[in-house]
Amino acid sequence: MSEAVSELKVTNKLIAKYDKDTKTIFGFWVYLMTDCVLFASLFAVFAVLRHNTYGGPTAQGLFNLNYVMIETMALLTSSFTAGLALLSAQRKRVKHTLFWFGVTFTLGLTFLILELSEFSRFVAQGDSWRRSGFLSSYFTLVGTHGLHIAIGLLWMLIMMAFILKRGLNDTTLKRIRMLSLFWHFLDVVWIFIFTIVYLFGVLGV
Amino acid sequence: MLHVLDLMASFWLGQLNLKALPPNPIQWFGASLIILVPIMAAVLLTVTKRWRWLYREWITTQDPKKIGVMYILVAFGMLLRGGADVALIKTQQALSVGASNGILSASHFQQIVTAHGTIMIFFVAMGLMFGIINLILPLQIGSRDVAFPFLNATSFWLFFFGMVLVNVSLVLGDFAATGWLAYPPLSELRYSPSVGVDYWIWSLQIAGVGSLLAAINFIVTILKMRVKGMNFMKMPMFVWSVLGSMLLVAFAFPILTATLTLLALDRTLGMHFFTSGAGGNMMMYVNLIWAWGHPEVYILILPAFGVFSEVVATFSKKRLFGYTSMVWAIGAIVLLSFIVWLHHFFTMGAGSDVNAFFGIMTMVIAIPTGVKLFNWLFTMYRGRIKLDSPMLWFIGFVVIFTIGGMAGVLMAVPPIDFQLHNSLFLVAHFHMMIVGGVVFADFAAITYWFPKIFGFKLNETLGRWAFWLWLVGFLTSFIPLYILGFMGATRRLDHYSASLGWQQLFIVSGIGAALIGAGVGVQLLQFAYSIYKRKDNLDKTGDPWDGRSLEWSLPSPVPFYNFARLPEVTSRDAFWEAKKIHFKDNRKYEDIEIPKNTPLAFLIALMAFLFAFSVVWHIWWVATMALLAIIVGLIIRSMDEQTDYVLAAQEVEKLDKSHLKGARA
Repeated sequence: MSEAVSELKVTNKLIAKYDKDTKTIFGFWVYLMTDCVLFASLFAVFAVLRHNTYGGPTAQGLFNLNYVMIETMALLTSSFTAGLALLSAQRKRVKHTLFWFGVTFTLGLTFLILELSEFSRFVAQGDSWRRSGFLSSYFTLVGTHGLHIAIGLLWMLIMMAFILKRGLNDTTLKRIRMLSLFWHFLDVVWIFIFTIVYLFGVLGV
Repeated sequence: MLHVLDLMASFWLGQLNLKALPPNPIQWFGASLIILVPIMAAVLLTVTKRWRWLYREWITTQDPKKIGVMYILVAFGMLLRGGADVALIKTQQALSVGASNGILSASHFQQIVTAHGTIMIFFVAMGLMFGIINLILPLQIGSRDVAFPFLNATSFWLFFFGMVLVNVSLVLGDFAATGWLAYPPLSELRYSPSVGVDYWIWSLQIAGVGSLLAAINFIVTILKMRVKGMNFMKMPMFVWSVLGSMLLVAFAFPILTATLTLLALDRTLGMHFFTSGAGGNMMMYVNLIWAWGHPEVYILILPAFGVFSEVVATFSKKRLFGYTSMVWAIGAIVLLSFIVWLHHFFTMGAGSDVNAFFGIMTMVIAIPTGVKLFNWLFTMYRGRIKLDSPMLWFIGFVVIFTIGGMAGVLMAVPPIDFQLHNSLFLVAHFHMMIVGGVVFADFAAITYWFPKIFGFKLNETLGRWAFWLWLVGFLTSFIPLYILGFMGATRRLDHYSASLGWQQLFIVSGIGAALIGAGVGVQLLQFAYSIYKRKDNLDKTGDPWDGRSLEWSLPSPVPFYNFARLPEVTSRDAFWEAKKIHFKDNRKYEDIEIPKNTPLAFLIALMAFLFAFSVVWHIWWVATMALLAIIVGLIIRSMDEQTDYVLAAQEVEKLDKSHLKGARA
């Protein structure tokens, strides 16, 4: 009898824990939706300003699609490896998880470095955010995405330290789920950036 | 040598120097008040040895009830600040005719008007709203807490420090002289070179992020933490209205965050989003800010509607008329509020088709609002109405809101709007909506739920005096503005010619404002007197108004864990139904998890304040340090996996029985 009661108590605790975790993850989804609105606003601003070049460079003159393609591949692959990291984490394989997060981190960092060097090249040739409304909106939209990537990378580093120190306990697992949601979200945003900013820009649509 | 000193000063202090101190006596007076208030508070705390109490009970608390109380305290403080602005505005407008230039310079007057608008919307109306939500929402859904208590505390402290930043502008530098929405190109660096607009941007940015986080918290709280049996159509109407409002916050406030950031980038990094040249587009700002700003109006008014739904049902002793239609009305308002924003600038020249669409949508949104108004009136119909002061605020609201609402529908017609745009007619309209709607509801809510939180009722006689002073003062103050608006008086008017014959109406309006001031005075007196005489008004039953929803099933004041035993809900008005049957309680006590106190929420918000302040003054090293400190704070928080402690079932039982005994005694 008492065994049954204690078992019931354990089950209740598990349910409570599960509720709490789903609550957090649901809350994170809501946050992502608000972030989505933030990006939507920046996209709208870009759409309004993208032809306001004020005598400065146009999208066609500025962007190199091959370069952006490499960036895109790095980020898309990192999304895939982030998925693998989550799968390994759910199977409680610490080393696998760390490995795949390591790969994801490297790819994400590559993306960020590529983006920043593109930015600095533009600035060096005199096409900074001060040049025109178009460039202001370009740097802000793409830069905001880059800032998110930087935050994601920092989060990933901290996450890896947690996995090393505490293993894959429930809290860590929950956070890995949120990190991977965040990372995929940034991937989706990038696809829109790639299409609307770069592809439409170069095609002159 | 001097050059080196200059360089050093500009590194360590950015643009901050002695010139930032206030230039004239009125501003000196304001500045000394802002400095004196915290000093007096500090002295008081030291004399009464309450620093530890402040830290333990308030600064580190995660309890939504205490956070709610702090929201309301801050909001009342800011009501006084914004009210002092009104006194200056009204005096100036009554005196500054013809040869006389009144008491204020034009630029100072514009700063005061801007501060008045900003403070009243962001730190009074929003503060009161979030305060009431924090106090009541978890109780109404039968929950012991909100979904994310730490996030909730952080939201409050961000709101608090946004408020501090606005007030710091009185002492160091100036405030924006641009009007409360800071339209470019006036708000661009070229035309507003001082730090005023930066203060405006960053205080709203901090407070806005706080609101956004609060919305995430309350959406999840409502959707995931309702007590067993409370499905959507059994939720109290206040909960529905908060859900609608918080969804609007989640969808609208990111637009504000983005827009403010873009303006800050223009001003700080020389970008060209809204500049009048180099490819900027200033009308884009106006569109963006109202894409946030119009939903914001409904963000404020929906919880107010929720409050009145509770008040009217309780004081009419009837269930709310047309519950389902109320819910649909909220849904309709949530959707429609996103497609009316252009009515704020029909004069932009978007063309007749666009204006016609937005004009019609604006008229359409009046329909669900009307549905709600009639539902309340039908709730009163054949009810046993008790005219306690919350009900008085409701009746005052019906009168004022209807007048203001009809003025709104009038302005929804674009040709009429072309005449009334930017006039005092508009000013009268939106004050009737926000004050008559939101603020009256907040006062009703405070009177109604005060005993639940503090354990005693507010003095009713003084409450009635406050109401009548407010009502008469409000109508005296704003009806003349409608007339002045028709006569062509524009908003933010600091001087006019004597031949226009406006002075008498401005004086009448000033007298009205003074009456409102007296009303606020009586309210403060009401708080003080009720606290002093609290023994006479103790609420021992926990149900002083014969209430309908779950919060009234709890003892007053509500214990920190809210529900010792969780209720089960089988119908709308759950507590009302439970009172009718003799309900035998055999629920068991259980362990309760309660979040531990932590100073981190306060510290993170403090760092956000430091960051914002140093960005305003271009003190980059402090800004960097503050940003790093925020990141470190978040990491420290994430390392702690034991953020709750457990209150054992026996302990809960003991506390609960002692509460029940207290109630019977």
